[in-house]
Amino acid sequence: MLKRRTFLASATAASAVAGLGFKPARAQAAWPTRPVTFIVPWGAGGGTDQTARIVASLLEKDLGQPINVVNRTGGSGVVGHAAIAQAAPDGYTIGMITVEIVMMHWQGLTEFKDTSYTPLALMNSDPPGVQVKADSSYKNVKDVVAAIKANPGKLKASGTGQGGIWHVALAGWLQAMGLKPDTVPWVPSNGAAPAMQDLAAGGVDIVTCSVPEARAMLDAGKARSLAVMSPGRNPAFPNVPTLKEELGIDWTISAWRGIAGPPGLPANVGAKLVASLDKAYKSKDFQEFMAQRGFGTVWGDPQGFAKHMAADDAKMGSVMKALGIAKA
Amino acid sequence: MDTALAALYLIADPYVLFIIVLSSAFGLFVGAMPGLTATMATALLVPITFFMPPVPALAAIVTASAMAIFAGDIPGALLRIPGTPASAAYTDEAYAMTLKGQAELALGAGVVFSAIGGIFGTIVLVTAAPALAEVALRFSSFEYFWLVCLGLTCAVFIAQDSAIKGMIALFLGLTVALIGLDNPAAVPRFTFGVTDLMGGIDMIQAMIGMFAIAEVLRAVAAANLRLPPPKPVSGPIFKGQWLLTKKYPVQIIRGSAIGTLIGALPGAGADIASWITYATSKRFSKEPEKFGTGHVEGIVESGAANNAAVSGAWIPALVFGIPGDSITAIVIGVLYLKNLNPGPTIFLEKPEIITALFTVFFLANIVMIPFGWLAIKSAKQILAVPREVLMPIVLMFCIVGAFAINNSPFGIGVMLVFGVIGFLMEDNGFPVAPVILGIVLGPMLEQNFVTSMIKSDGSFLFFFERPIAGMLGVTTLAVWGGMAWKGLRALRPVPA
Repeated sequence: MLKRRTFLASATAASAVAGLGFKPARAQAAWPTRPVTFIVPWGAGGGTDQTARIVASLLEKDLGQPINVVNRTGGSGVVGHAAIAQAAPDGYTIGMITVEIVMMHWQGLTEFKDTSYTPLALMNSDPPGVQVKADSSYKNVKDVVAAIKANPGKLKASGTGQGGIWHVALAGWLQAMGLKPDTVPWVPSNGAAPAMQDLAAGGVDIVTCSVPEARAMLDAGKARSLAVMSPGRNPAFPNVPTLKEELGIDWTISAWRGIAGPPGLPANVGAKLVASLDKAYKSKDFQEFMAQRGFGTVWGDPQGFAKHMAADDAKMGSVMKALGIAKA
Repeated sequence: MDTALAALYLIADPYVLFIIVLSSAFGLFVGAMPGLTATMATALLVPITFFMPPVPALAAIVTASAMAIFAGDIPGALLRIPGTPASAAYTDEAYAMTLKGQAELALGAGVVFSAIGGIFGTIVLVTAAPALAEVALRFSSFEYFWLVCLGLTCAVFIAQDSAIKGMIALFLGLTVALIGLDNPAAVPRFTFGVTDLMGGIDMIQAMIGMFAIAEVLRAVAAANLRLPPPKPVSGPIFKGQWLLTKKYPVQIIRGSAIGTLIGALPGAGADIASWITYATSKRFSKEPEKFGTGHVEGIVESGAANNAAVSGAWIPALVFGIPGDSITAIVIGVLYLKNLNPGPTIFLEKPEIITALFTVFFLANIVMIPFGWLAIKSAKQILAVPREVLMPIVLMFCIVGAFAINNSPFGIGVMLVFGVIGFLMEDNGFPVAPVILGIVLGPMLEQNFVTSMIKSDGSFLFFFERPIAGMLGVTTLAVWGGMAWKGLRALRPVPA
């Protein structure tokens, strides 16, 4: 099953790039009449890919056409995000966009931003936690803050690359406490897993990655999560308090994933997709799948999704400017 | 126990077993075809493994590479052309045995001792890797920095014909690794505004180019595509192997041990293991005068060594993400594609996959005996496949593989460019393996250096402050010092 789908995905992508593709068919009321390509800007097997694949399989069942998941990786997500935005707006190419779309344009890495898409649905959101080594002397996040204030620049944090979402999460948190965003220097890493390993090895003091990303090390007893940067606690980790509870500050942030199409998607196609995505979101399959992996679920309709992205875009822009990593 | 059961469940899947059988046949065929190497067998498998879950994908690579290393012995003994470079060390010896009418004994020794060497290497892998991972969990960027330096050093000075050419190749790889956005500062480098270049040069695409496309180009350039008819093999193959085992136990263990160790060293794989152990075998033999005249002793030792190296190479690949040879360089790429990032945490996060992988290693080396027997018996048919049919098929697989990595035609371009580079390099006596090592290790070197400097607030002393880092650092500096000393002495004019 899987084999057939991926083969078809490559085949359709191949014919499209070889210039054999047809002119974008006018979207008819009967959409979809042929397979739909679903672009994922991140690698196979990762959190975005897993989420995209479950959504695609549910869409496939509902729409009655194959939904081919295609991983267009590279350039820290730039390549895949560009591919979605530049696709023909005929409903036969959609994709999953992630929080990076409201970050990369600030750094001048791409011209595409949240308004370069037809937003369809926001489906997932994972807030970062504040993780420390299991045998660290910090019992709670207040201890961490005291240590940061006592020795600015001494504690080091990691979780993703320079200017990545978890770097912004840390910087915004420090700003919200009235500290300079570089009070805790950022150690860039190739993602959350190596950062968590470095935390366990004593190379860094804090890792601000999402709780599902930290889970393996938390479960192995090599690290502890002290707080989460979300409005409410994570049901999968009910003992981890929020920053608001612990420090009384309002800083919240999350890595989110949503479904979008290229700009100018026909209204009838959009409506059909949103209805189908809504059904997928409410399905037991999706909810169980996400809960099992510790991924947070959240629903945003096209307007809600657009509003969420616009708010996040402003938030990211201000923190990234303060960090000195924004070009504009 | 749960892990063992979960692993068994992953392996006992008929699909996985089917993949093992198919990739055995594939590996034997590729290994037996002169010019097609075990690395190429792995590179050609990439597009296929792309559509598989992790365990069958890794099973296919393990089985095919082990089989290919053994199968390289077949044309060596029957045509005096090694099937893969790993059989080159004892090709003349095996052919001399064939001329003496002992083709069966030579090939039988090849298959039996390959399997034994492979199993020995696997036992070391199974015991050493998790123990090493436990230690490596305490490694931070300081330790990794030194490990990468040691790995890069190995690439240059282990048994290359010319250290200068090895170093040029390595620096070419390191330069390629600079391209893209995925560096510590997240700044686009050498991308010329091309979005596709932001992701950097994909290591697998580059490898498919350098190892497979280059070979296709060589086949096109070579005038004679037909192989001469091989010598026939008629007698029983396994007769006399038990006697050999009893006669050469030391050689078997020594070959396996050295092979595993050389495999585990970055940059050196089965081919170097086989040259070195053939030499040690001759050096310590009671009858060194018989070597080269069709004497089986060296085949026993280096036949075991090259297969032991295949398993040994997985140790640093799994534990540190540092490839032990060019096969595991591809494996690391495949692991990342499957979201199984190599490193000590893989043993914590996916223990069932690791256990399943180890089981596959044992299985592959056991089924090598019956499949190897079949391959030897059908050598004539295998070697009759015309290359003008084979090479277009190889090319097709390469294109699909390069495309499938990120579903972009750009990857095909990368592959073709590296194919031409690889062809030109080999043609001028430059080794290509260091290029790959440079591409794989370059980002690790930079990442670990920059993050270490951030953590230490710009102080170099931290590279020696942590005990393991200090030890690794001193070792690295000692190796470099030794190399510099040797180089300087070579420069000094010899007194008349």
